[in-house]
Amino acid sequence: MQNADSQEVGKDAALVHRLRARDEGAMEQLYDHYSGIVYSVALRVLNDTGAAEDVLQEVFLQLWRNPNVFDSSRGSLGAWLAVIARNRAIDALRKRRPETEVENVVLSVNCDLENETGRKISIEKARAALAKIPPEQRKALELAFFQGLTHTEIAAKTGEPLGTIKTRIRTALMALRKAMAEKQV
Amino acid sequence: MTENVQPGHEQYAEDLALYAVGALEAGSCAQLEQHLKQCPACLRELEAMRGDAALLALAVSGPAPPQRSRQRLLSAIAAGKEQQPESLRAFAVRRPWWSFAPVFASLLLAIFAILLLRENASLRRTNEQLAAQIIQSDKENHHAREVLALITAKDAMHISLVSAKTPPAPHIKAIYQPSTGRLVLMASNLNPLPAHMTYELWLIPKKGTPMPCGTFKPDAHGMAMMMPENPEIPAWTEFKEFAVTMEPEGGSAAPTSDVLLRGS
Repeated sequence: MQNADSQEVGKDAALVHRLRARDEGAMEQLYDHYSGIVYSVALRVLNDTGAAEDVLQEVFLQLWRNPNVFDSSRGSLGAWLAVIARNRAIDALRKRRPETEVENVVLSVNCDLENETGRKISIEKARAALAKIPPEQRKALELAFFQGLTHTEIAAKTGEPLGTIKTRIRTALMALRKAMAEKQV
Repeated sequence: MTENVQPGHEQYAEDLALYAVGALEAGSCAQLEQHLKQCPACLRELEAMRGDAALLALAVSGPAPPQRSRQRLLSAIAAGKEQQPESLRAFAVRRPWWSFAPVFASLLLAIFAILLLRENASLRRTNEQLAAQIIQSDKENHHAREVLALITAKDAMHISLVSAKTPPAPHIKAIYQPSTGRLVLMASNLNPLPAHMTYELWLIPKKGTPMPCGTFKPDAHGMAMMMPENPEIPAWTEFKEFAVTMEPEGGSAAPTSDVLLRGS
């Protein structure tokens, strides 16, 4: 997968810059770009449309209130929003206060999400990569990511040894990365 | 694709993956976080793994959010309810309760210090009161020892005075020590005094005018005791007798009324 060109890379950065100037139009555009991803992740975790809506609201209000919490050096805004949505959804699932400061969520991902076409391609590639992962690895990864279980809890749930779970999660992430990289032209 | 874990950091490789997806046990997070502070390579790998995990999120398919959500967000923004300073974070990431332990400890120490100060002030007051009581007790004990010493002195003379009239019979015993000029008086069956009057004891010397020895008043039972602290009778004053008169409040320099009781 190619990186977005310089104009595309700057799109989200420009919108965030406009957010700092309290431009509501910029928020509308960002919402239209990424609300689907955010809502889907929240719904996947919570399995409750009302709760997922609340997480959706919180994530974007967080961005509106504090646009400086994200900058272009953190990579893809869409991927970042997806991870924030997952974190907040897990917090809501476990009825706990947020444990991770959003400023500490730094990630680097090699995909283009800034335009609709790029988002569709990226999402399809991510799904294809995920489908290639062996089921036991995928299950361990999803239990951790979408249910917020620790590796100890996953081991207890699946009856697998702790070491096996740790290895599967790491191997699954490596496999995802490799699969996304293999799609690069 | 190469794994970007530095040689020698293999022990952190699996923990990084767990940490990236939030699956690392809390007890192991602290050690890893400490390592990440000192290892840029592992920190980069963590960011990459978080990016890998983000693909999971991106791969999720689901319905579009309800239209009302968009309007709800924009309404909240337009209403200005969310116009908060940038320094505030919407999700107040609350620190664990134990991070406030130093604050609580400081408050407790301050409260304890205040209580100790108050206790100290109270103890100081009590101490002062006790000291005053000790002084008073010492004074009283000294007085009592003096009375006892006078009463039991071998050279003390015991003089009893009786009423010159028929009963009721006031009775007075005066104990006089010529060597010191000190005396003590013990009385019983005294008649009540009129207002603003007092009984006064006189030493009637063999030569000269009566010498005042002190005033006294009976209690409700007609009893009285007197021992002047600073007797004005010179030592070895030869006397003819002792007498008691009724005088105005505060006593007189010379008898102003008839003798009520006398003895020698």
